[in-house]
Amino acid sequence: MSNPNQPGLNLAPQEISSGHEGGLVDQVKAYFSRIKNGDMGALPATGALLVLTALFAYLSPYFLTKLNFANLFVQAAQLTTLAIALVFVLLIAEIDLSAGVAAAVAMDVFYLTTTFGVPWPIGLVSALMVGVILGLILGFFVAKVGVPSFVISLAFFLGLQGVALILLGDGGLFRVEVPEVRAIMNDNLPLWGGWLLLFVVVAISAGLGFYDRYRRSASGLVNRPVSLLLIKLAFITVVGGVVIYVLNLNRSASDVIQISGVPIVIPIVLFIIFAGTFLLDRTKFGRHLYAVGGNPEAARRAGIKVVRIRITAFVITSSLAVVAGLFHVSRIGVVEAASGRTIVLSGVAAAVVGGVSLFGGRGRLVHAALGALVISIIDNGLGLLGFSAGISFVVTGTVLALAATVDAVSRRRGGSVRRI
Amino acid sequence: MATPVIELTDVKKGFGPVEVLKGVNLEVHAGKVTALVGDNGAGKSTLIKGLSGVQPYDSGTVLFEGKEVDIHDPIQAAELGIEVVYQDLALCENLDIVQNMFLGREELMQRTLDEPSMELQATQALQSLSVRTVKSVRQKVSSLSGGQRQTVAIARSVLRNAKLVILDEPTAALGVAQTEQVLNLVQRLASSGVAVLIISHNLADVFKVCDEIAVLYLGRMVTQIKTSETSQNDVVGYITGTKSTEE
Ligand SMILES: Nc1ncnc2c1ncn2[C@@H]1O[C@H](COP(=O)(O)OP(=O)(O)OP(=O)(O)O)[C@@H](O)[C@H]1O
Ligand SMILES: [Mg+2]
Repeated sequence: MSNPNQPGLNLAPQEISSGHEGGLVDQVKAYFSRIKNGDMGALPATGALLVLTALFAYLSPYFLTKLNFANLFVQAAQLTTLAIALVFVLLIAEIDLSAGVAAAVAMDVFYLTTTFGVPWPIGLVSALMVGVILGLILGFFVAKVGVPSFVISLAFFLGLQGVALILLGDGGLFRVEVPEVRAIMNDNLPLWGGWLLLFVVVAISAGLGFYDRYRRSASGLVNRPVSLLLIKLAFITVVGGVVIYVLNLNRSASDVIQISGVPIVIPIVLFIIFAGTFLLDRTKFGRHLYAVGGNPEAARRAGIKVVRIRITAFVITSSLAVVAGLFHVSRIGVVEAASGRTIVLSGVAAAVVGGVSLFGGRGRLVHAALGALVISIIDNGLGLLGFSAGISFVVTGTVLALAATVDAVSRRRGGSVRRI
Repeated sequence: MATPVIELTDVKKGFGPVEVLKGVNLEVHAGKVTALVGDNGAGKSTLIKGLSGVQPYDSGTVLFEGKEVDIHDPIQAAELGIEVVYQDLALCENLDIVQNMFLGREELMQRTLDEPSMELQATQALQSLSVRTVKSVRQKVSSLSGGQRQTVAIARSVLRNAKLVILDEPTAALGVAQTEQVLNLVQRLASSGVAVLIISHNLADVFKVCDEIAVLYLGRMVTQIKTSETSQNDVVGYITGTKSTEE
């Protein structure tokens, strides 16, 4: 009997390829054929990002100023984090409409504990625990009881607004006096910190890229041309370098004070993207999450604990949402009972605009981050041009409708291509 | 003859007052393709579910490689080396071939997925079955044809070193060319030493690839006979109940 697991059989597969074969040109061709088959990935969001940037830069003299550039990143940080949080439930074709208010309630708990003298790290852990517990309950209802997530998270959305009112009382703004928290969105890294950040990002990308290549060749498998990895690293270096260079310039409007450096929130968001992507791409949990999103029955038959995966997804979503809430509080400096009600919809919009499928099983964290940037740029740019918030909502809504249509159409195409 | 991989004796299964399997005997041998045929509602799926552990039998003996076993859950069936390729295949369209073949049994290295090792083994499993229809092992299943998907599902059982592979209507949804490919695959699977049990309503296919034919009629095994010793007409007779072995 032929045993496929025979050790020492190190021949490179000849007849069946792995998609790693060929030179740079073949790889580019393969990329375009994937796009033609409806697997568009980050392309639409990247395109939108470039077009919008060019458009607003042309229309508004303020758009490309150093100050607005930094502002944009800070504004986008909260939405990016929330969109990333939502990817985990979107991947299993569920939704969590309560993520925004759950984060608000968690931050209310943070405010209350720190105001009563609890050290802020403990207050932060309590807030995160609120996220974890809410995620557990929500996940239990969806995965174990079988209540549709749309309905149960809507119930949470309403109920938690009530909880926020009970905790804070009606109508007040309450200052959060924690300098460490205020620093996240308002302070910057020292100039060398920005360059160190770039170095770390490039080093990790290079390290992982070359490690993967080494592992493949050690198994006798073909690698993509090394030039592809080098181009990617060069791209990160150049784009990252430009961003950090600009952020390190003095962007203060006055001559007296100087504002420069990478906002502290940026390395935090980058870390969340990196850790989350690692979890999704390189661990068993991540693989199983995609499987449950693609075909829950197949996952179940393969021995995957579907209920546990689903509950975990809800826990990750609501805990990461709390981090987004933390960024919000850091920026505005107060908690209030009405927080977090509308942002969750922008978060879903961001994820979908970035290319995360509402049907489950498809999407990456960087896609959600790109989508969040697109929506933040629309918001920011239209604001600079003096349009009202009303116009901004209409444009964002239109972009979302477009993205959801692309999602539905590409899903249909992806499902029924090429019958040989 | 050698010990069968699986041998059922007087297996019974009922749902409340309804007796669906009324004392069934069946033998499946290593390296042989055995067909399980019978009309709708004859009890074929029920018989399979007992072997896969999804729905244990009420009574009767099950010998696996000569030893008596009591299969009461799917994990236990998998540990024995029984793999079922369901009619709906149970593949995740959003994952690629390698990811599907290792779903639920991913290999790890330092607690992260060992992609090179899985890719290599998946490729070798497909090559061991001389699969030529699949272009790349990193293709998403959503881009595969029905026959290619069937191929992936069958190759998955090879990867798991199955001793008995059960296929539920593997060609039901396929065109002529793809049916041909899958049937070839089934034969290669058997010639690698695996015992194959295949449910089919298509007698032409059955006569093309099966070594033996077992016929269920209303919960009873009417006959298990070598393909070379019977004819399509006879089998139709067994299936419809107009012919029986005690004549
Ligand atoms: N869970 C169940 N509860 C009650 N009756 C059942 C159950 N499962 C199967 N049956 C009955 O058992 C009989 C045999 O069903 P089974 O699915 O095994 O037939 P089959 O030979 O696979 O038919 P087909 O060719 O249509 O797939 C049918 O009459 C069916 O209604
Ligand atoms: Mg059946």
